[in-house]
Amino acid sequence: MTGWIPRIIAISGSDIGIIISLVVIGGGLAWLLKQSIKAGDVDRRIVFLFIFISVSVPILFPITFSETATPIVKKLYDRIENLPEGSAVLISFDFDPAMAPEVQPMADAFARHCLAKNHKVIFMSLWATGQSLLSTTLQNVVRPEFPEKIEGVDFANLGYKAGNEGVLNVIVTNFRKMFPTDVNSIPLDSIAVFKKIRSCQDLDLIISIGGGKPGAKEWILFVGDPANVPMGCGVAAVTAPQLYPYYPKQLLGILGGIKGAAEYESELVRHYDRFADVKKPGLRMMGPQTLAHVVIMAFIVLGNISYFVTRRRGKKP
Amino acid sequence: MKRQIPLLLVLVFGIFMIFQYFVPHESSEWIYEFFLDWIYIIGIFALALGIWSLIRVSYDKIKYKKPNWQYAVITLAGLFAMILFGFDYGRHFFSAEGLSNYMFRAFFDYILIPIQATMFSLLAFFIASAAYRAFRARSLLATLLLVSALVVMLRFNPYFGPIGPYLEQTASWLLNVPNLAAKRAIIIGIGLGMVATALKVILGIERAYLGKD
Repeated sequence: MTGWIPRIIAISGSDIGIIISLVVIGGGLAWLLKQSIKAGDVDRRIVFLFIFISVSVPILFPITFSETATPIVKKLYDRIENLPEGSAVLISFDFDPAMAPEVQPMADAFARHCLAKNHKVIFMSLWATGQSLLSTTLQNVVRPEFPEKIEGVDFANLGYKAGNEGVLNVIVTNFRKMFPTDVNSIPLDSIAVFKKIRSCQDLDLIISIGGGKPGAKEWILFVGDPANVPMGCGVAAVTAPQLYPYYPKQLLGILGGIKGAAEYESELVRHYDRFADVKKPGLRMMGPQTLAHVVIMAFIVLGNISYFVTRRRGKKP
Repeated sequence: MKRQIPLLLVLVFGIFMIFQYFVPHESSEWIYEFFLDWIYIIGIFALALGIWSLIRVSYDKIKYKKPNWQYAVITLAGLFAMILFGFDYGRHFFSAEGLSNYMFRAFFDYILIPIQATMFSLLAFFIASAAYRAFRARSLLATLLLVSALVVMLRFNPYFGPIGPYLEQTASWLLNVPNLAAKRAIIIGIGLGMVATALKVILGIERAYLGKD
């Protein structure tokens, strides 16, 4: 009895989130089940309301889960982990702000991992809006978490280049033809990172982050395959199934949506203590996503109950 | 003559671009890059034309007070403000330093990103509503689709403790076998379709790009 009150006081935000979700969503769905059996279809505004609650409650009271990397994520993690120090890794930011909440956490996680392993990282973008998102990663992750890393020596920022597949078709044989300078107008010949890198063929790994065109598929077609450079990618969840045909030969691994980002973040935290306290948006966003998925699944079940009840009554569904 | 010259240009350059892909020689590469420069030049003119067109359409909307003309004011204000900030108030015309301009970053981070992310996230609401209405066990195939969708979604759920690994395996099988087979078939189909369409354009059978005149 004496420990009861402190336990109530010590209740965490995550517990509150779970309790509210269970009461509101569970109760609401039970009521809807009753309604579905009685009256048939549920108004779509009610569906929207439930999605709103299922997403907003875990944002207000963060619900986080532990994640374990699936083989498709683990293989990419292991490749970066096992590359010898000083390997050249290119990370291409091929996305726009619409995709950013889903794929920026992957970009941050890749940048963290590569720099922690002392790889030489080259950042670039095939999307006009990608350059500003690239700056966000440099500003929020690279500079504050790796103050010892020097631009030009440990990493390089090539910025955005227009031309889509055309850019890839040229850099596969010569970087300098397409990027005579980096984003700060410094000639590539004066940048230490590019001392031994003439073309994409000299890279040890290419990672394309995005979900549109040009993206991972174009990187495979124009660079990964012709130049035989190992590739991985992080893409929006809707794009991931389209890239499965390229796994595991042309793509070492795929991070699909927030789930992929969360798995990669959890793998990083498991192996690197220094990342225990950094922001982990992937893991944090898994709460709202999981709850929203549960609600969608519940509505699918409700829809089918309503369908069979209506059919049994002899009405045309 | 008005139609013959474009058709001839498409034929010559189309055939050249096919052959250059299979010729790994420096001269072939040089010509390819030369043409690539032309793509940039044409792209820049297209961009200028697009901006001019946007200004004209918006200006007409404002001038004649057409429905929702207020939005055109915001469009023009946004366009000119971002150009001004992007060039750092005219201080940096030839480098990317303007992208670090405080106002440019603020507009990008606090207006463009939230707006685009909001539009994209609205998908969740429509997907939920569509899933509720469409995933009904009306037939065997519909039931298979319904069960597959549920398994793939359940895989994301960390609540399923002991059955989690089985769900993961089933979902992986669904993605790696039936999904992969269908995707490969689609990719090959699209590839063949693209080759056929490209040949039709190169040989002048498909002329829709020339317009009606």
